[in-house]
Amino acid sequence: MNNNIIILPIIIPMITAVLLIFFNKQEKVQKYLSAVSSVINIGISVFLVHYVHTNGIISLEVGDWKAPFGIVLVADMYAILLVLTANIIVFACLLFSYKIVDYNRSKFFYYSGVMFLLTGVSGAFLTGDLFNLFVFYEVMLMSSYFLIVHGNSKPQLRETIKYILVNVISSALFVISVAFLYAVTGTLNMADLSLRVAELGSSGIIAAISIMYLIVFGLKGAIFPLFFWMPGSYQAPPAAVTALFGALLTKVGVYSITRVFTLIFLQDIAFTHTFIAWLAVLTIIFGVIGAISFSDIKQIVIYNILTGVGVILFGVSTMTESGLEGSVYYMIHDMIIKGLLFLLVGIVFSITGTTNLDKFSGLIKKYPTLGWMFFIAALALAGIPPLSGFIGKLKIVQGGFEQGEFVLAFAVLLSSLLVLYSVMKIFINGFWGEEKIPQVLETSQVKSLYVPAAFLLALSLFYGLGTEFISSYIKQAEQVLLSPDLYIEAVLKE
Amino acid sequence: MEIVTSIVAGILFMTATYLMLSKSLLRIIIGTGLLSHGAHLLILTMGGLKRGTVPLLDEHAASYVDPLPQALILTAIVISFGVTAFFLVLAYRSYQELGTDDMDQLRGNDQK
Repeated sequence: MNNNIIILPIIIPMITAVLLIFFNKQEKVQKYLSAVSSVINIGISVFLVHYVHTNGIISLEVGDWKAPFGIVLVADMYAILLVLTANIIVFACLLFSYKIVDYNRSKFFYYSGVMFLLTGVSGAFLTGDLFNLFVFYEVMLMSSYFLIVHGNSKPQLRETIKYILVNVISSALFVISVAFLYAVTGTLNMADLSLRVAELGSSGIIAAISIMYLIVFGLKGAIFPLFFWMPGSYQAPPAAVTALFGALLTKVGVYSITRVFTLIFLQDIAFTHTFIAWLAVLTIIFGVIGAISFSDIKQIVIYNILTGVGVILFGVSTMTESGLEGSVYYMIHDMIIKGLLFLLVGIVFSITGTTNLDKFSGLIKKYPTLGWMFFIAALALAGIPPLSGFIGKLKIVQGGFEQGEFVLAFAVLLSSLLVLYSVMKIFINGFWGEEKIPQVLETSQVKSLYVPAAFLLALSLFYGLGTEFISSYIKQAEQVLLSPDLYIEAVLKE
Repeated sequence: MEIVTSIVAGILFMTATYLMLSKSLLRIIIGTGLLSHGAHLLILTMGGLKRGTVPLLDEHAASYVDPLPQALILTAIVISFGVTAFFLVLAYRSYQELGTDDMDQLRGNDQK
């Protein structure tokens, strides 16, 4: 049995990115090459999902160094589902970029940047080694620095400085936390770490290290006290890039928190996981406050990222079967729906030339498809029953009730209403009302932008309505999170 | 020996924090450089500063040095080198474009 296939979702985008650097002047080659590679990647991810579904967790010892000593890549159901979702989001964003990004920008390696970003994200999902996770984080961050500043406008330059500074500091903290954990346990393999930390029992130093990891990943995932950098940085780049960032980057942080706190730091659940639950709810509260207070549609959606992150983390913090299952459901839903919403914001921006709600209204007469797509996306975001957000939130709240966290679970429930209000505000003020459209683009030009958005919307609908079909996959992902032994066994004893 | 390197790492962190809190962009970048130096020194210390020979099986020595922290540091140095280079170019480019390197004036607002 050959497990080398796990490395393909990492290495294909990397090779594509390198090839794209050589063809930077040929726009056609750039588009075809990136599209073909993205489709191949989706195919491989689908196959891997199927393979993991039938054969259980697969792991690859890179360079044939035996498990606790060398680097391992581990494809459990959660990781591979997220790799698949990430590839789909990247495909949609590529389709969107083909229309939006002109030659002047694409010749400066825009598509290479996207592919390197995908390399880092897939790697971060698949790695089973803590330091390797740091390396893939840096791959991802380096391409995100590049993409966020790509275009060289003044606000982009200004915001990139802050974005890099925050991330350099958090990377240094990451290295420091790795050093501490290595000093205490003498290993970096996550499965081995889980065993060693369990042997140490609950001690103060492990709790301190676990909080350091929470800070490191929380900075990337934008949880409550550490989200300050996000609204400014995500506002600056164009829509396709923000869609990538909003759908992928913060989720990598949340995934890492989930992985680390369901596999390694399980000694002091009463302290660490309650702490995470409170932070999650505060994140939700600040997210909805931000989303309600702004009248800029991009900012509203950006603050809704915070709410999504909070809801997922609350599910993780319950450590119950339904809570974890819900968090897996909600994670995938959130990636799709945030990608979709940012693409829709991008369409509105290319029609009106502004994202400020005070400056336009009445879009629905001229652009009915856009209006209704936005409406369905808004309902899905809030979690209205047949759509994709519902089942995840239901399970998460159920998990909260099972743990007896009634106040926090109610806060999660109430936040849905406010989330609905914040997006309906966009719908009512931007799409209804008297027609006031500052700068009208040709309708035919806008039509081609609908394709990627409709693709993601269809996916979100399928995800909501086909829950029955998906549930066995999600169940398998949740089982690994709930019982780390499955993960450890797959990595250490082959 | 570990105590001394820990203190040196602490001094590096202290200096880095001081520099990063200043207004000038160039000082901030030097601060991030020092911060990563401190982190690298910390990894070396945390692995334990042992006396021994290279970790090769043929050596038949009584004690070996742990090679992993050095591998980690090497990787981390390369990464921080890349990030610092990018940061410096960005600082130069934004100085050209925005005409300032004072963080107070780079605060920005919603209206650009």
